[in-house]
Amino acid sequence: MARLTLDNVTKNFADFEAVKNVSIDVADGEFLAVLGPSGCGKTTLLRLVAGFEKVTSGEIRIGDDVVSGKGGNIAPENRRVGIVFQNYALWPHMTVAENIGYSLKVAKLDKAVARQKVEEALALVNLQGLGDRRPANLSGGQRQRVALARCLVAAPSLVLFDEPLANLDVHLRASMEDEFSAFHKRTGTTIVYITHDQAEAMALADRIAVMDRGRLAQLATPHELYHEPANEMVASFISQGILLPADVLSAEQAGHCKVRVLGQELLVRCRAGEVPRTGAKICCRSADLDVSPDGPGFDGLVKRVVYQGGGARIEFAPSAGPDLTLHFEQPDPVLLQSGSQARLRIKSGWLIPAGVAQG
Amino acid sequence: MSTPIKESRGQETALTAAVAAVIVLLSLLPMLRLIKEIIAPGGTLSSVAIETGLASPSTWIATWHTLVVGIGGTILAVVSGTLVAVLITLTDIRARGALVLCYVLPLMIAPQVTALAWLQLFGPASPFLKLFGAAPPLGTKNPLYSTSGIILLLGVQYGPLVFLLVRAGLRKLPRELVEAARAGGAGWFTVLVTIVLPLMTPSIMAAAALAFVSCVGNFGIPAFLGIPANYLVLPTLIYQRLAGGGPAVLGEAAFLSVLIGVIAMAGILAQELMSRRRDYRISSTSLAADPYELGRWRPWVQAGMWLLIVLVLILPLFGLVLTSLVPGYGIALNAKTVTLDNYRFVLFEHAAASRAFFNSFWLSIAAAFFAVIVAVPIGYLIAWGKQRWVRLLNLSVELPYALPGVVLAIAALLMFLRPIPLTGIQLYNTVWIILYAYLARFLVLALRPTIAGYHQIDRALEEAAQVAGAGLFTRMRTIIFPLVAPAAIAGGLLIFMTALSELTVSALLWSSGSETIGVVMFSFEQGGDSNYAAAMSVITVAVTFTLMLVTNLLAPYLPSGVLPWRD
Repeated sequence: MARLTLDNVTKNFADFEAVKNVSIDVADGEFLAVLGPSGCGKTTLLRLVAGFEKVTSGEIRIGDDVVSGKGGNIAPENRRVGIVFQNYALWPHMTVAENIGYSLKVAKLDKAVARQKVEEALALVNLQGLGDRRPANLSGGQRQRVALARCLVAAPSLVLFDEPLANLDVHLRASMEDEFSAFHKRTGTTIVYITHDQAEAMALADRIAVMDRGRLAQLATPHELYHEPANEMVASFISQGILLPADVLSAEQAGHCKVRVLGQELLVRCRAGEVPRTGAKICCRSADLDVSPDGPGFDGLVKRVVYQGGGARIEFAPSAGPDLTLHFEQPDPVLLQSGSQARLRIKSGWLIPAGVAQG
Repeated sequence: MSTPIKESRGQETALTAAVAAVIVLLSLLPMLRLIKEIIAPGGTLSSVAIETGLASPSTWIATWHTLVVGIGGTILAVVSGTLVAVLITLTDIRARGALVLCYVLPLMIAPQVTALAWLQLFGPASPFLKLFGAAPPLGTKNPLYSTSGIILLLGVQYGPLVFLLVRAGLRKLPRELVEAARAGGAGWFTVLVTIVLPLMTPSIMAAAALAFVSCVGNFGIPAFLGIPANYLVLPTLIYQRLAGGGPAVLGEAAFLSVLIGVIAMAGILAQELMSRRRDYRISSTSLAADPYELGRWRPWVQAGMWLLIVLVLILPLFGLVLTSLVPGYGIALNAKTVTLDNYRFVLFEHAAASRAFFNSFWLSIAAAFFAVIVAVPIGYLIAWGKQRWVRLLNLSVELPYALPGVVLAIAALLMFLRPIPLTGIQLYNTVWIILYAYLARFLVLALRPTIAGYHQIDRALEEAAQVAGAGLFTRMRTIIFPLVAPAAIAGGLLIFMTALSELTVSALLWSSGSETIGVVMFSFEQGGDSNYAAAMSVITVAVTFTLMLVTNLLAPYLPSGVLPWRD
C-alpha cells in the first residue's frame, strides 16, 4: 500500500496536450475515481501512472519513490502497480490459475508458495475450484474477478481500474460495484478508478477527480462535487446542472449571499468571502425549480414536455433569457403543455466561484 | 527522499538493434550492393555499365518482350481475376468455398510446374491428347512456345492474385452503397458498372500492379516456353548470359536486373498515380450486400465457372500426372506402358535429383523456421512499436519480395562472389548463398500474417504482463509468442510451400551439389526428359497440397486472409 502523488504532470502527444498540469495527491488506502467525458485525458493519466507513457513534465511518485520525472521513468514492470483492464486482458492461452500466478512465476517465486497464494487469491474473489478453467469458459463477471485476483496476488502498492464496468450489462454492473467496494474495504489498497460514469464514481469513490480537456477541473468528495461545483464545467457535467447568469447583490454571510437571477432575487449558497459582482453564474438542480403561478419568480415558455413515466421532463425558456433552457421534472399529473406560458421559481442554488478563467 | 531511477529499457534497445541488424543484412545491403555495381563498378563512379547495357540490341529486344508479356499477362490476369471475383463474391453462385479453393490453387503451384503441365497437355507427345488420338504428329511445334502462350500462362498463374485482392475489396463494400443505387432505380448491371467497379478501382489497380510486377519478374514460364522459341525476356536473358559467361558478365547482369527492377517500380508508381486521381475511400463499414440472384442463369454461370476450373487446374494437373506415368517421350499411355519408373528414378537413382529433394526440403524448412522466429520481434516493433523509423524498415523488408527474384539473386551473387571480409567465409558456389537469398526474399511472407495477427491482439494482454513484472523477453516468450504463433507459423508454412519448388533465385545461384528441385526439374525439361520433370512436379504438388490441408488445421486461430485458399 502506498500513496500516489502527481505533481504538475503534463503529457503532450506531438502537438496535442493530453494532460495539462495535473496535481493529485491520493492518500494511502484511498479510493479515488477519475471522472470525465471521453477524450478528457483520464486514460492517458492512468497510463502515465502505470508507466506506459512517459511524462512530458512534472513528477509522479508512488510512496516515496519517484517513478516518472525528469530523472527518467521506471518501466511498468518495475512499478508494482496492479491494473484491472477494461477488457480484462486475460491471457487466453493460460488457465485461470496460470493467469493469476503469472506475476509470481515471473518473480521466480517458489512453486508451492505460488500455488498457495493463487489459491488464496481465488478464494478472495470467490472462484475456488475454477483454477483449471480457461478464461473463454467463464462468464463476464467471473472474468472480471479473475482479473481482480490476478492484480491482487502480486500485492501491488496501488491498483488502477480502467473503466472496468464499461463492457458489462446493467445487472452485472451493480453487483460488480458492490464487489469492488467490498474488495477495497477488505484489502485497504490505494485505488485509482477511471470511469466516465458518474453514478459509478459517486457510489464507489472517497474522492472524485473530474477531468476536462486534460485539466483537473475539481478534486472533491462526491457530496461536495454535487453541491459545490468549483466551475461551470463541473456544474453542468455532474447530474446535468443548470447554469444561470446571476448578479451577486450582497457579500457572503454564513455561507449564503443574495443574488438576482432572471429578475428574481434569492439567497444561494456560496463560498466564504464572496463579494458583490456582476456576470456571475449559479448552478441549480432540477429539484431546485418549482412551478409557482404567483409570488416571486419569472415567466417563460414551456418548450417541450417529454413524458417519462410517472412524470415528465419539462424544458422551459424564460422570457428574460429566451436562449436559456431550464429543465426539471414534474410528477404526474403533468399540467404543463408545450407552447404554454408558465411561471417558475428558483428555490436554491450554488454560486459558482469566480475562479480563474478556463482555457 | 527519491530513489535513483534506472532506465529499464535495455531489453527493448537490444531487440531493436537485433531487428535492425537483420533487416540491414537481408534487405538494405543487397540493394545497396547492386546499385553500387551499376553506378560505380570497381569502386569508381562511371556510366560504363549503363552505356554497355544500353548499347546492346539484345537488351532492347528482351525489354520489349518483357513489356509485351508483362502487360499482356497483366491484362489477362486482371480481366479474368476481376470477373471471377465479381461472380463468386456478388452472386448467389453455389459451392463458393470449393470454387475459391480451386481457383486459387494455381497460385500455390510453382510457375515452372504450371508451364510444364500445360506443355504436356498440348504438345505433340501429350499422353492426354493421345488418349483420344488427337495429338499432333511428333515434331510439330508446341503452340505454347510463343508470345501468346507465355501471356496465356502468366494470366492463368496470376489471375488468382488479382482475384484475391479484388475479392477482399468487394467484401468490404458496404451494402448501403449498393442498396442506395438500387433504390435509385439502377438495375444490377448498372450498379456493377457505375458503383461497384468504380469503387473497386483501388483494389483492381493494386492487383494490376502486383500482377505486373509478378509477370515481368517471372522466370519459370518464359524459361519453359520462351527459351525453346528463342523468345527472351529480361530474366531469361540474364540467366542465359550468366550460364554462358559466368561471373565475368555479372556487371551486365546487374544492369539488366536493375532494368527489371525499374520496370517493376514503374508499374507500382503508375498504380499510385492512377488511384490518387479520385477519392475512392469507403468510410462506413457494414454487412456485405445481399448476393445477386442469378435466377435461371445460375446453372449456366456455375457450369462456366467449373469449366474454367477444369481448364486452368484439373486438365493441366491431369496431363502432368499422365506424363509422369509414361516411360518415355511420345509413348502413349495404356495398361502396358503405365509405370512408376520415373518416380523411382528421380527419388532414388538420379544423384542430382535426390540431392535436390534433400536440399530444397531443408532450405525451405530453414527459411520458414528462421522467418517465423524473426517475424515475431520484427512484427512487434512494426505493429506495436513507437519509433517511426521502424516503419521505414517495414518497407525495406517488403522490397526484396516486391522486386523480381532475379534482382535479389544478382545482388546476392555480387555480395558473396568474394569471401566475406574479415571472416574469409565463402558463400558463393555453396548452398548457403541460396539460403541467404531465400531468407531475404521470403521473410515478408511470414511478416505480413504476423503483423495481421498483432493487430488482432488486444495490446492490454501485453500490458497486463508488464504490470505483473515481466520484462520484454519474458513477455515475448510467455505471452506474445503464444498469441501470434498461429499467424506466424501459417506464414512459415506459406514460405515452405513457396520455397520448395522455387526456381527464379536458385537458377542463378545453384552450383553442383546445391541443386534445388526447381533447378533439376528445369534441366530435365531442357534436356528433353519431360517425364522425369513431370514426376518431380507431381511430387512437389502433392507435398504442397498436403501441407495446405495441414495448414487448414490452424485456420480457426488465424486472422482472415492469411491463408489465401480459405474462403
